[in-house]
Amino acid sequence: MSAVLTAQGLHKSFGAVRAAADINLTFDPDTVVSLIGANGAGKTTFLNIVTGYLRPDSGHILFGERDIVGFSPRQITKLGISRSFQIPQLFNSLSVRENLLVAESIAATDDPQAATDEALTRFELAPYAAQKAGLVPEGIRKLLDVAMALSSRSKLLLLDEPTSGVSADEKVAIMDVVIGAARAARVTVIFVEHDMDIVARFAGRVVAFYDGGIIADGSPDTVLRAENVRRYVIGEEIPHAAA
Amino acid sequence: MSSILPVAFDGIAYASWLFLISAGLTLIYGVMRILNVAHGSLYALGAYAACSLAGVWLGGGLPAAGSFAMLLLAAILVGCLVGPLIERGLLQWMYGKDEVVLVLITYAVFLIMEDVIKLVWGVDSLLLPEPYALPGYFLLGGLPYPVYNVLLIAMALATGLALAWALYRTRKGKLLLAVIHDREMSMAMGINVSRVYLATFAVGATLAALGGAFTAPTIAVTPGIGVEVIVLAFAVVVIGGLGSLGGAALGALLVGLVRAATVRYWPEAELFSIYAVMAMVLIARPKGLFAAQEARKI
Amino acid sequence: MKAAAVAIASLVALTALALLSPQWLVFMAMLMLAKGVVVLGLLVLMRTGLVSFGQGLYFGIGAYAAALLSHGLHVADAAVMLLAGAAAAALIAALLGLLLAGYRDIFFAMLSLAFSMILYGLLVKSAALGSTDGFNLHARTFFGVALAPGVERRVFLIAGAVFAVVVALLVHRLFRGHWGRLATGVRDNELRVSYLGASPYRAVYVNYLIAGAMAGLGGALAALAVGHVDPETTYWTTSGEFVFIAILGGTQSILAPFVAATIFEALRTVASQYAPNLWQMSLGLAMLAIIMFLPAGLWTLAERRRRSA
Repeated sequence: MSAVLTAQGLHKSFGAVRAAADINLTFDPDTVVSLIGANGAGKTTFLNIVTGYLRPDSGHILFGERDIVGFSPRQITKLGISRSFQIPQLFNSLSVRENLLVAESIAATDDPQAATDEALTRFELAPYAAQKAGLVPEGIRKLLDVAMALSSRSKLLLLDEPTSGVSADEKVAIMDVVIGAARAARVTVIFVEHDMDIVARFAGRVVAFYDGGIIADGSPDTVLRAENVRRYVIGEEIPHAAA
Repeated sequence: MSSILPVAFDGIAYASWLFLISAGLTLIYGVMRILNVAHGSLYALGAYAACSLAGVWLGGGLPAAGSFAMLLLAAILVGCLVGPLIERGLLQWMYGKDEVVLVLITYAVFLIMEDVIKLVWGVDSLLLPEPYALPGYFLLGGLPYPVYNVLLIAMALATGLALAWALYRTRKGKLLLAVIHDREMSMAMGINVSRVYLATFAVGATLAALGGAFTAPTIAVTPGIGVEVIVLAFAVVVIGGLGSLGGAALGALLVGLVRAATVRYWPEAELFSIYAVMAMVLIARPKGLFAAQEARKI
Repeated sequence: MKAAAVAIASLVALTALALLSPQWLVFMAMLMLAKGVVVLGLLVLMRTGLVSFGQGLYFGIGAYAAALLSHGLHVADAAVMLLAGAAAAALIAALLGLLLAGYRDIFFAMLSLAFSMILYGLLVKSAALGSTDGFNLHARTFFGVALAPGVERRVFLIAGAVFAVVVALLVHRLFRGHWGRLATGVRDNELRVSYLGASPYRAVYVNYLIAGAMAGLGGALAALAVGHVDPETTYWTTSGEFVFIAILGGTQSILAPFVAATIFEALRTVASQYAPNLWQMSLGLAMLAIIMFLPAGLWTLAERRRRSA
């Protein structure tokens, strides 16, 4: 089976800060991959490069066979990569329903109204449908953000910290809904996450970032136990073992 | 060749006048994020106040040279009385509103002041020719050229240098730059933003009034003189980059020279040329010549 | 349907006004309709979060296009003039929009103002078009039917009413559908619009084009009412007036621009009669009062009453 997304030799720096240093990654279809790493390690930069918000200094991004470096976020969305945001990007003066309706209409769904109703149910947003998106609780905003991203019938869904800003007991519930919806839509998921319980529970593969580079890549079991991941990503105090 | 020199002089004189007004406008925008339409009224007020004060001075038979001091006094009075009145009385309650709404608010102030001027000074033109004629003329390219324009240029230069010195070399000026750069951070660091705003608005208003006061001797002062000035100053400030003092200087020079050249060689295109320059600059540099960087949003 | 009912009622009322009222009232009603259409166009633009301080550009283009047809080409048909005004404005908007649609906020506002001032600068210096004085225009037929002297204006008012009502209904449809929501989306969050795969640039461009065409139609209608055009139509204070009327009415309703334009014209008539030197001051004070106490415009008063009733 051929890869959904391939990053080849990505480099990006902001002045003296290395945000991406020789990133090489391949993502297979129908997988759920988590990106972990401390703040500033380069996770969001990676998402921003993939979606065309930032242009890499060098390197290639292949979506399927196609190099998408230099494409705009809009073109990349239309090709089939969608994303949600750490701070939900919504239309605050429109209702939750209207937000979805805009998204479904842009996606040129046959019946935007029906698709909207379906999404409201799937994401458990129906009780909030008539409220203004600017006024609903953060957890609802997070779900709406993902629901809008999924409306474009993409093949690849990027989630930037889908559970940040919500209480610990809400996190699992939100991820259950999100991952359930993604599975049903048969879309590959890459999500950035700081909560290692969430990572262990939902990811089939984990990629650990540190200082713009990748320090570990593999199954949650191996990556989350690796010493450098525990030291640099999870932040455990690990006594220097004798070599 | 002989015609180039007067054109250049005209252009620079016009640029000096534009700079005085635009510097105030861009300063207020840079610090307060208000594109102040009422700047045009402050300009007009400066001109009217100059006519009144210098008129009283000259009418009293006092030495004619002193009328220059009256022009200056008129500008300072307008800037330090009317400026703070507008800022404390109205604008200080409006901070934080959308920039376009702030434009509308100052547009309302502009409309009100237009009528206030008519009520105070009437609708007939006022003339104040003495200060213009007083310094005499010198020969430029074989033609008499008013020394007054040279004084205007000198004053704009001095004002520009004084502003630059105050901004970059004094502690207060550096505080101002800090506010321009990052308002929230400045507040967190304990800078009294309210007082900075008041001072900025007073200085900006004084500059507008200064432009008006020193124009008064060269024109017939009538209702509506602020109307055209404000859009000209907008053009200059937008060309230079909103909030940039150096940009205002460069923008004023560009507009001044272009205007002088078109007035000389293609008079029908005078107004057209100024805004055409602005449109062209913006096409090449969408945020003006000296634009501030924007931060990443996501 | 409610919108259709309001539209028919407006048409009947305006037709009655055109046939029965004195000439000065017919004249005022035409001006009110003309400005209402321009301001409604401004509302279309404001949906995307943008305010133009230069709609006078298209108002002037519409007026001059209509006048030039009569003056230069001896076309004296009012319907052709109205359509030509809208078409000429749309053509220029289609060109300038390519540039302006890339700008936002205060830059958009000031750049649109600059373009209106370019046209103003050209018109005042153009001797062939009467410079600052402008020139007169005459319309003698409507859809080819010759009109008896004295009734032209009455027919033009009916024509203007038909055009305005049709345009208002179209805008009403636009606002209620996907395009209206998308425009609001552009105003709220352009980033999200892009990340849904739509183009904020294109949304702004199309709305700018619509607003320009409507201002052109309004300009042609105003030219028919006044029978004269001059550069003042493109001056920034004319554009400021349109923004003022938009703020006065608010953006809640399709009817608001027309109601606000009526109030504006009525007040102006009274003020110019009794206190010509206090007119601008009253405008300014009213604008401040609305921004402070009724940020959504006068229309909120009507809404409030309806809710409490």
